Amino acid sequence: MTTAPKPKYKVIGTRPIRHDGADKVTGRAKYGADIKLSGMLYAAMLRSPHAHANIKKIDTSKAEKLPGVRAVVTSKDIPEQGDRIVELGEGAVNMRHLASNVLAREKVNYRGHAVAAVAADNIHIAEEACKLIEVEYEVLAPVMDVIEAMKPGALVINPDVKDENGKPTNVAKTFCFEKGDVAKGFAAADVVIEKEFRTATVHQGYIEPHNATVHWNNDGKVTVWMSTQGTFSARQQTAELHRIPISDVKVIPMEIGGGFGGKISVYLPPVAAALSKKTGKPVKLVMDRAAVFEATGPTPGSVMKVKIGAKKDGSLVAGEAWVAFEAGGYPGSPIGMGCMCVFACYDIPNAKVDGFDVCVNRPRTNAYRAPGSTQVAFAVESIIDEICEKLKLDPIEFRLKNGSQEGTRRVDGPVFPRIGMKETVQAIKDSDHWRQPLNGKNRGRGVATGFWFNCGLKSAASATVNPDGTVSLLEGSTDIGGSRTAIAMQLAETLGIKAEEVKPSVVDTDSVGYTDVTGGSRVTFATGIAAIEAGKDIINQLKERAAIIWECDAGQVRYEDGSVHGPKGVSLTFKQLADKLHHTGGAVIGRGTSSEATQGGAFGTHAVDVEVDPETGKVTILRYTVAQDAGTAIHPSYVEGQFTGGAVQGIGWALNEEYWYDTNGTMRNSTYLDYRIPTCYDLPKIETIIVEVPDPQHPFGVRGVGEVPIVPPPAAIANAIHQAIGVRMTELPMSPPRVMKAILSK
Amino acid sequence: MRDFEYEAPTSLGGALAVLSKGTAKTMAGGTDLIDQVRMGRHAPDVIVDIKKIPELNVLQHDASGLRLGAAVPCYKIYGHCGIVSDYSALADSCRIIGGIQIQSRASVGGNMCNAGPAADSTPAVIALGGVCVIAGPKGTRELPAEAFCVGPGKNALQPDELLVEIKFPARAAHSGSHYRRFIPRNEMDIAVVGVAASVVLDDSGQKFVSARIALGAVAPTPLLAQAASESLAGQPVNESSIAKAAELARSIAKPIDDMRGTAEYRVHLVGVLTQRVITAAVARARGENIGHAH
Ligand SMILES: Cc1cc2nc3c(=O)[nH]c(=O)nc-3n(C[C@H](O)[C@H](O)[C@H](O)COP(=O)(O)OP(=O)(O)OC[C@H]3O[C@@H](n4cnc5c(N)ncnc54)[C@H](O)[C@@H]3O)c2cc1C
Repeated sequence: MTTAPKPKYKVIGTRPIRHDGADKVTGRAKYGADIKLSGMLYAAMLRSPHAHANIKKIDTSKAEKLPGVRAVVTSKDIPEQGDRIVELGEGAVNMRHLASNVLAREKVNYRGHAVAAVAADNIHIAEEACKLIEVEYEVLAPVMDVIEAMKPGALVINPDVKDENGKPTNVAKTFCFEKGDVAKGFAAADVVIEKEFRTATVHQGYIEPHNATVHWNNDGKVTVWMSTQGTFSARQQTAELHRIPISDVKVIPMEIGGGFGGKISVYLPPVAAALSKKTGKPVKLVMDRAAVFEATGPTPGSVMKVKIGAKKDGSLVAGEAWVAFEAGGYPGSPIGMGCMCVFACYDIPNAKVDGFDVCVNRPRTNAYRAPGSTQVAFAVESIIDEICEKLKLDPIEFRLKNGSQEGTRRVDGPVFPRIGMKETVQAIKDSDHWRQPLNGKNRGRGVATGFWFNCGLKSAASATVNPDGTVSLLEGSTDIGGSRTAIAMQLAETLGIKAEEVKPSVVDTDSVGYTDVTGGSRVTFATGIAAIEAGKDIINQLKERAAIIWECDAGQVRYEDGSVHGPKGVSLTFKQLADKLHHTGGAVIGRGTSSEATQGGAFGTHAVDVEVDPETGKVTILRYTVAQDAGTAIHPSYVEGQFTGGAVQGIGWALNEEYWYDTNGTMRNSTYLDYRIPTCYDLPKIETIIVEVPDPQHPFGVRGVGEVPIVPPPAAIANAIHQAIGVRMTELPMSPPRVMKAILSK
Repeated sequence: MRDFEYEAPTSLGGALAVLSKGTAKTMAGGTDLIDQVRMGRHAPDVIVDIKKIPELNVLQHDASGLRLGAAVPCYKIYGHCGIVSDYSALADSCRIIGGIQIQSRASVGGNMCNAGPAADSTPAVIALGGVCVIAGPKGTRELPAEAFCVGPGKNALQPDELLVEIKFPARAAHSGSHYRRFIPRNEMDIAVVGVAASVVLDDSGQKFVSARIALGAVAPTPLLAQAASESLAGQPVNESSIAKAAELARSIAKPIDDMRGTAEYRVHLVGVLTQRVITAAVARARGENIGHAH
């Protein structure tokens, strides 16, 4: 579905085979754990068995004496950070908290918190040595629940986190956004629905565990091999933590087996660096699955109270939200973004949002596709559904009436440019799925919409023309979702050559300009712009080269359809000219950056049919359709892949995924056996509809697509469950025991 | 992981000799054991692979019944026509233990010896009247399957004993069996509750002659639901007799709250599954094809 006549593209919108395809399908692609260097040592981490404790003493002497052990490090081997706040590309970070998260200092704030690490000749010796490290803990009561943690008198997890009166608190940050007059708005409402919602802590669930291999050379230069969403961010975090210049650290990106927001913070490189510094040898450190669950950022569980009012005619008049997110052991949940997303899908004249970032004894939380938005969408979209039910309004028509559009002001201030919210609703309305009646007992259909901003940030690229007419493209965005190909296609389109004629490489931090993380659905947008700029730079240089050959002025040369055209009808194809570059001044290297461009925002609307087993509470997804605004789909297969993957993760979040803690604050399901992400048997084929409302901020109209598809599923499924069996679920996951309980207490 | 020796004897005597030496662990498919060693739950000096011993690979089905060697992997069990038709509950359980990789190694012997409360094949073996044949230095002894598990992770074997095979009686006329578990997903999960039932009907197919119902994941060990089983004998096949058996099954469930489900929910599920499983077993006893649900 396209809203505007589409420009004629040659490469964009086609589906070429991905450049890294052969390596990926043959297993040759090298991931972080594949690194093997001569003289390399293997490291293991000692992790806290307690969710909350003071560290009284660490004695590493026995471990150091075990034959085969080369070094042991604790927090003493990471320099003191003081009260520094450092800007790390995607937000300011308190360095003391970051350092303490990497290796615990005075306290452990969650079970699995790293306490010490050992490098040894092999991993078995390293693991055995960890058991010989003696740590004296003073065990404290774990503070696991957001509401408990917020109570006055609650045990404070971080003594340096203080409220405005200088009193230590677990509430690290509060937000308040307001527009219009909320009281007046509610007074004018004919129906007001208010409810409390809870969502569980969930993990991104990437298949590849965190890893880092580090060599701290004798000359003080540090090389890091790792899989990460951001090499430059990893470089800066590692350098800042060790208080060395960033240029002393080189991060070499390995292929990455998923991140979804969870592979931005560093956990291992600073520790492997400390071990390498002590031993002079490369040190490899890889997490096991339990460590990934227990000690890397899940995304926050939440408690939310949301109230929305509407008039009989279905117009929204007021909204109010109180949202508390688990920060985990240190401050920094995506609560701010959650607060900005709460009401973003609707034009609500009067609204207020209060948000709280609350420390609890769980791993420090992190982004997970559309950080903050899935939780709040579960609350808001459930209430919207209930309003439609009360007012007997069609949920699609309701969204078409109240949906955000160009000019709508968000509660936190910004006014939307051209966006495609209503277009995605219309696409669902027109879909085969929505038009087919749903028959059968205990079946229901639900719909929900979701929003995320999408980032611009900074990217750089350079590209060299090869004599055979191909172009080597260097970029700094690690490729998680097929972005090498999506970027290469934009360069190819710019130059008028084939996608296969561009050879993209993701290179290390010494080989390309500063590039922010692969996150926030920014890469196809911003690194795409950098590649387009590099392409334009190449075109300008090619015109000059052609002018030399034709002995004319560069101003007389045009570039069109992959050829240079000169005076009197002379022309050379890109390939022909490429072959002549050696004789006209040598290599042509184009360069491009993107730093100012910001994205206009992305929306998706999902429809789902479910069947609920009324005797067991088990929910089966019968049919699922995603409609999302991609602006312009560069490589439609990857767009569909993102829609599908995000929806599946949202379905997992909706139905079964959760951190299940015992009373000691130990996660009891830190395996994929018991942390239940959906398998292929739990899912129908996800149907996708690409809506294209081009984003004017990008030359080809790209909008990022990775974030939004995770947002609507929990709400859409909750709405479908309600239609199927008449119960409204207000807590995630909507697991069989919970659904059954709701059915039995109906 | 601590280093260990590996031995693969080719005779029962050879295996018993290794076991008599002390801290050895028996390995069939290794799908439980290897992970437990890796996680540090066991630190054996020797691992004794029993897959090369003929007695543990017996798979014999004739008029007198079924002999199932303790090391026979799941895929051979659900791929055996005689087992699928006459010991359907056993095939049902083997078809859902793990995925295809696990099924090509995992054995029913290992499933029982591991003594997990939620082991899938154990309720099926109990419902089908299985008898465990155990070999040790003092010879061979037999134990009914329902007495084999004695606690979570604990079985009735001495450290120097081996489970050799499980014997099942011949299938009675007009009988049928079924095993089903409840899991939140549709595969790769551990039973929240598992129920097996084996029923014998009269010639008319309208009355229960006898029944055996077994439950998994609702107590420290898999249970034979004695009262529920006996309640069906002589009763007509109808909703009320089945509902009564389900109620009796519920009354012996003493589950715990854990990450797989609440105690309350598990008791509820025992009722639901018992009814569904008896109904399916009855259908099979009547010669109907119910397929095999996951
Ligand atoms: C991914 C995965 C999924 C799984 N899914 C399921 C599932 O769905 N349902 C389920 O019930 N289980 C499941 N399991 C657990 C396991 O696969 C089963 O319990 C399996 O039946 C064990 O059989 P095995 O032959 O591999 O036993 P092993 O691991 O070899 O042995 C298990 C235990 O029994 C002992 N033992 C084995 N044979 C003998 C013998 N003859 N005499 C004395 N002691 C013996 C061993 O010493 C060990 O303690 C799963 C495991 C994995 C890894």
